[in-house]
Amino acid sequence: MAKTAEKKSKFSKEQYMKWYESMLLMRRFEEKTGQVYVQQKIKGFCHLYIGQEAIVAGTVSATKKEDKHITAYRDHAHPIGLGLHPKYVMAEMYAKITGCSKGKGGSMHIFSKEHNFLGGHGIVGGQVPLGAGIAFAEKYLGTDNVCVCSMGDGAVRQGALHEAFNMAMTWKLPVVFIVENNMYAMGTSVERTSNVHDLWKLGLAYDMPSKPVDGLTVESVHEAMEEAVARARRGDGPTFLEMKTYRYKGHSMSDAQTYRTKEEVKEYQKQDPIEKVIDTMKKNGWIDDAGIEAAEARVKALVDESVQFAEESPYPDPSELYKDVYADADYPYILE
Amino acid sequence: MRVIEFREALREAMSEEMRRDSTVFLMGEEVAEYNGAYKVSKGMLAEFGPKRVIDTPIAELGFAGIGVGAATNGLRPIVEFMTFNFSLVAIDQVINSAAKMLSMSGGQYNVPIVFRGPTASAGMLSSQHSQAFENWYANCPGLKVVVPSNGYDAKGLLKSAIRDNDPVIFMESEQMYGDKMEVPEEEYIIPLGVADVKKAGTDVTIVSFGKILKVAMAAAAELEKEGISAEVIDLRTVRPIDYDTVINSVKKTNRLVIVEEAWPLASISSEITFRVQKDAFDYLDAPIRRVTSADVPLPYAPTLIEASLPNVTRTVKAVKDVLYKN
Repeated sequence: MAKTAEKKSKFSKEQYMKWYESMLLMRRFEEKTGQVYVQQKIKGFCHLYIGQEAIVAGTVSATKKEDKHITAYRDHAHPIGLGLHPKYVMAEMYAKITGCSKGKGGSMHIFSKEHNFLGGHGIVGGQVPLGAGIAFAEKYLGTDNVCVCSMGDGAVRQGALHEAFNMAMTWKLPVVFIVENNMYAMGTSVERTSNVHDLWKLGLAYDMPSKPVDGLTVESVHEAMEEAVARARRGDGPTFLEMKTYRYKGHSMSDAQTYRTKEEVKEYQKQDPIEKVIDTMKKNGWIDDAGIEAAEARVKALVDESVQFAEESPYPDPSELYKDVYADADYPYILE
Repeated sequence: MRVIEFREALREAMSEEMRRDSTVFLMGEEVAEYNGAYKVSKGMLAEFGPKRVIDTPIAELGFAGIGVGAATNGLRPIVEFMTFNFSLVAIDQVINSAAKMLSMSGGQYNVPIVFRGPTASAGMLSSQHSQAFENWYANCPGLKVVVPSNGYDAKGLLKSAIRDNDPVIFMESEQMYGDKMEVPEEEYIIPLGVADVKKAGTDVTIVSFGKILKVAMAAAAELEKEGISAEVIDLRTVRPIDYDTVINSVKKTNRLVIVEEAWPLASISSEITFRVQKDAFDYLDAPIRRVTSADVPLPYAPTLIEASLPNVTRTVKAVKDVLYKN
């Protein structure tokens, strides 16, 4: 039975295990983030990724480790998906010196040079020209690396996106633009901000290959990304993918969510991207309840370790204040 | 020594750095095929080709951001704004991306980029094309701001700016591009953050920078005729500011006049005034005076421009005021 099913699946058991465990880690990490935020261990703005995990998981599996990634401020899951130990993300949100950005960035400015993750940007749409510029450098330097530039649906209404799309297409930059359309720019639905509700169609104005993707299904994300990344790698320029997804939680931790119904949220939770992966694995006989329990235990251990690491790490010493503002170590700051 | 124009000095700085380092490139509106709106980049497309001298659409926000992104990923872009008046639509990428990246990434990503172009007034261009934003950019930590006053300095300072590992705002003037000056053919570098005493003097210190330094120098020449010895300091860089040179001069002359083209509120002159009263209060024999643009958008009519911009007459008067000679 398992053997027959395996033939039908395009992706291997190992791939599914990776997707499952990676998405599960993002989910449990964000659930814990929400908990400790409520306990006021984390301050500032905090935007959770719960519900959108398939997009990062399918993107990571369709790219290579030299590729670059950049996104907006809903940015905890991207570096974790790329392999950064979650303890450095948690410590950053705890404002600790051991955080990936040494406690200077917080939830919205997670960076990991080691994993080619260039942030974590707080101005809606601001990362879109940056992503094009990162791709510009790859092309200029003659690599075959690609930049994956992610954004929320609010960003597509910003002028920065349209300027960057135009130049990225004119110059055939190796960039894949992904809009993670969770249907709400903070509390304003996509329908209320423009007459164009199919966001992928905005790419067509620049002759950019563009299409909608089921962002709640990791296989669909992977396949769309594979095609887009291949196009960029062979020098044929950018792609714009509208990943249709949903966030279960509010825009940020302080969102009362009066703009949508509980029924709508429940309806989307029936299409949960992690449950879908579990279903496929179960049908193929690749995982059973014991396997799920074991994965949950491994993930829980990582999340617990992350919280413990963040709790036990020190805050930055005041002497850190004048570090990392300039690369120039001798910069003469005005001290009074 | 050979004499070249200010624009040629800038071009030499860029071209020499591009020959030296293949990661340096120039992008902006009309920089390539048109040879530059003010011919600063004339001939550079022919030498370096379209990969390194790049015409952009009129999209300052977009290409400023592309420059910053490229700078985080191994390149050293020179981004030309046709004027810094147009940098206002790009200012999000300058302030929120370029100036913040190193800090908010905890030191992981620096941004070695130069944003350059002309600043301030340039004839009868009215309100939107005549603004001096040196103090705006100088306010922001993470940036360095260079405002050269002559071709020799421009070349040495621009080479430093291109080699700098932090984002540098480099502000020129349309009215200086044709200025001629002796500039040596041999390579030289002028470090950022070091002021230049353009003229030694004993009675009063005049601090200025950029194009308006000419007004300070002309005023000093006028004053000389009347037996008043002014020391003129060219800041050259307004972030960081070389306070020591200013303070040391004031300790000697005991009087200070600052001349700049920005509007008065929260300007470089406000900042220098604060610092001098703090560090040299007991050395001052008169209140500090300044000559700035009038506190209005620059109008079109020549009579109103004359009444608005810093000039020799106002500067001479300010100097005489601090000397109690009016």
